[in-house]
Amino acid sequence: MTYIKPKFAHPRLPKNNLGYTRKEYEGSLSTLCAGCGHDSISAAIIDACFEMNIEPHRVAKMSGIGCSSKTPAYFLSNSHGFNSVHGRMPSVTTGANLANRSLIYLGVSGDGDTASIGMGQFAHVVRRNLNMTYIVMNNGCYGLTKGQDSATADYGSISKSGNMNSFEGIDLCALSIELGATFVAQSFSGDKKQLIPLIKAALSHSGFSLINVVSPCVTFNNNQGSTKSYDYVREHNETLSSLDFVPVKEEIVADYDHTKITMVEMHDGSMIKLNKLSPAWDPEDKLSIMTALHNAREKHEILTGLLYIDTESVELNELLNTTDTPLNQLTEKELCPGSKILEGICDELR
Amino acid sequence: MSRVNDFVVRFANVNGTGSASANYLFAKSVFRMGVPVSAKNIFPSNIQGLPTWYEVRVSEKGYLGRKEGIDLMVSVNPQSFKKDIASIKSGGYFLYDSTKPLHDEFLREDIHFIGVPLMDICNREFTDPRQKQLFKNIVYVGAIARLLNIDTSVIEGLFAEQFQGKEKLIAPNVKALHLGSDYVKDHFTYPLEFHVEARDLVGDAIMIDGNSAAGLGAVYGGASVVSWYPITPSTSLVSAFEDYAKKLRKDPLTGKNNYSIVQAEDELAAIGMAIGANWNGARSFTATSGPGVSLMSEFLGLAYYSELPVVLVDVQRSGPSTGMPTRTQQSDFISAAYASHGDTKHVLLIPSTPTECFDMMADAFDYAEQLQTPVIMMSDLDLGMNDHMTTPFKWDDNRKYNRGKVLTADQLESLPSWGRYRDVDGDGIPYRTIPATHPTKGSYFTRGSSHDENAAYSEDSPTYVRIMDRLLRKLETAKKMIPAPQFYQEGKNSDTAIVFYGTSMHAAEEAIDILKNEGAPIDAMRLKSFPFCDEVGQFIEQYDNVFVIEQNRDAQMRSLLINELEINPKKLVKVLNYDGTPITADFILKNIHQHLFQPIN
Repeated sequence: MTYIKPKFAHPRLPKNNLGYTRKEYEGSLSTLCAGCGHDSISAAIIDACFEMNIEPHRVAKMSGIGCSSKTPAYFLSNSHGFNSVHGRMPSVTTGANLANRSLIYLGVSGDGDTASIGMGQFAHVVRRNLNMTYIVMNNGCYGLTKGQDSATADYGSISKSGNMNSFEGIDLCALSIELGATFVAQSFSGDKKQLIPLIKAALSHSGFSLINVVSPCVTFNNNQGSTKSYDYVREHNETLSSLDFVPVKEEIVADYDHTKITMVEMHDGSMIKLNKLSPAWDPEDKLSIMTALHNAREKHEILTGLLYIDTESVELNELLNTTDTPLNQLTEKELCPGSKILEGICDELR
Repeated sequence: MSRVNDFVVRFANVNGTGSASANYLFAKSVFRMGVPVSAKNIFPSNIQGLPTWYEVRVSEKGYLGRKEGIDLMVSVNPQSFKKDIASIKSGGYFLYDSTKPLHDEFLREDIHFIGVPLMDICNREFTDPRQKQLFKNIVYVGAIARLLNIDTSVIEGLFAEQFQGKEKLIAPNVKALHLGSDYVKDHFTYPLEFHVEARDLVGDAIMIDGNSAAGLGAVYGGASVVSWYPITPSTSLVSAFEDYAKKLRKDPLTGKNNYSIVQAEDELAAIGMAIGANWNGARSFTATSGPGVSLMSEFLGLAYYSELPVVLVDVQRSGPSTGMPTRTQQSDFISAAYASHGDTKHVLLIPSTPTECFDMMADAFDYAEQLQTPVIMMSDLDLGMNDHMTTPFKWDDNRKYNRGKVLTADQLESLPSWGRYRDVDGDGIPYRTIPATHPTKGSYFTRGSSHDENAAYSEDSPTYVRIMDRLLRKLETAKKMIPAPQFYQEGKNSDTAIVFYGTSMHAAEEAIDILKNEGAPIDAMRLKSFPFCDEVGQFIEQYDNVFVIEQNRDAQMRSLLINELEINPKKLVKVLNYDGTPITADFILKNIHQHLFQPIN
């Protein structure tokens, strides 16, 4: 069934610098279960793009298969979207990005789509430092097939049917840091205040940005004993950093306390105003975050906030020395060497 | 019967010893003397130490297919002596390294043995250990040059070209060449009864392998994003693209690349990237072999159903499974034609020569973008990795890439409404949009799930059927666009006919010629594409029996003909060569003769 939202918008709705209302960043009505964490993430994406004055058509929404991968239909309807095959969103996004390096690539995926069937492609898109934002809507289970455990389900987590998960859960944040990710964050779908600036920062980052968002499945994994339920996450959420995102050209008000606030400058000149809540951790030091993640795991805590950033990140097109003009805009003139050169090549083959 | 310019030489080497370039030198020198030549590399799936062969057919008549029966075997590999000696035709010659005496068990009364002490000569004349090894190859090239009447100055000319910028290497190579040539002069009668005489029979032909030609064709065809995963025998296609692109696709001002190449983590990712790039409006392809096609199938189904262009090259090798990775076959036709689950059908292009690899590769992007569907070029190891004499490549500078039905911002602005999957023109091909074309118009959600004409998710049965039926209409349009078959005659001249495709062409053309000379001409058709154009069925309909010549076990093209055109299976006679070696005219003739109950001449 397809739901269509009314086009009518109140004339006094606030507009952003582009003259768009928030409505122009929305999508069609969600068909996910009422209360699904994924819908909150979609809402956060809409807010982030609206507030950042992003032109919707400059965003490419990429996804694989699963509940999470359906969500691009529910935000940014003026953007092209690509709902590809299960676990293969990274490769499709890589090709799309190589074809036009000037767009913003926003991939959404789930824990099954990323950590099981898509683990191979996930690992390789991270190590290639593809310029994209990769949001994992992580609920620890397979929703569309009725609640089987996924590879990110924590050891000992109890499923709705009462079974205990006896396998280790994959920590996508730690894994991606090991693989060379240049921006890694973790959040909770219920924490919009934290999630929106994280999405903004990720979209501004030049290179691969992971946001792993714990997003409870209200239907299959919100029971007592589950480590991905609303109650459990609220109770075990340990905020590592709180942040504000300061876009390019916006004046930075120097009223912050230097002993508490760290300013991280992004590739495009925007800033992250970061409030570090752990003295042992430095967002640009891999070892410190790996230790913090390890310790949190021991204590059954979920660390949220910006975890790691490499401000020297070099994204794939730069690594490949690709021309600045998007490749999809090149014409015969740049692409075809012509008949004279071909004759010369043939001469050498005689 | 004159044996001038009509014989087969086979080289038996150990792989990884530098013999390939020496053997190529021999083939190229025959070509330079104006005599048609074809060379086949028969090599193991191994890096170093196993037997490898290089077979050169010299043919005054211009027959470029492989031929059974070896006239001269040049063997520097004692591992394979026994097999090599057994494979020589009665009356033929065996040239070997006589530094060590040949064991009695190898002797054959009916062939000639030519011993040249290759290792002794090299040990005596060269000091550098690497040169001692490498120049053994050049010494035997010198020896056979003398035996076969090849002008050493032609080979010296090739050295000069090969070692441009490394001129120091020319003198020792020339020395090695003459050591071999002089040894024969002093010890044997020459030339042999079969040998080369200079002619003017190659015209403006060039010599190149199909993979290099296809790589170059992709540069000319405007491919800008290439994703790939290494697999024999397709790897050299992407290498060729990269080599040509490095020279021909640099931005003159910045020195940056007007292309991107990514070595993917597997074939799934390779095709995924190519589809993503095409979705975003860049021409993109990947190349693989049979195992890769298996892995890419799911994605091919997505591209088919979501109607995205993508170009794939399948350089076929012997299957199933890992099969014989370095041996040729035409055994992926069914898996490529119907790749992926559900009802799918893909456009296939079937080149027979490097020139067709170049042309079809460039054209494939036009077809894929016009049809908004995958286009698969079906090459094979024989075509892809062996050097072939072929007509020179041509390019029309007025040619514009045909990007198909892609809407611009202005068109979107002026259209009252647009739906991604509406069949506006009745040819089954809808209009598509590229991301970021227009701020508020033309966006849609590309998906592999069932959708309606406006790209909205739909599980409505009539809608589903409408879209699936339109996809068939699109393939009808494809039939009028893709290359028509080649016919070898006007009208109908025989009761039986033969059908062939791809690298069976040279052997089949030779067989046609021989049948004609025998006074039993046979009509023939070469298939160049799938789905079959109307001419294919019309041709087959005319004959009582049609031989379908293929290089696979299961008669895959025959199955496709029966399935697509509803031809009576009894009418289509299988002629199947599937041992991993390229098919020969003798093999085709033997099968035709057997079927027609005629004695073999």
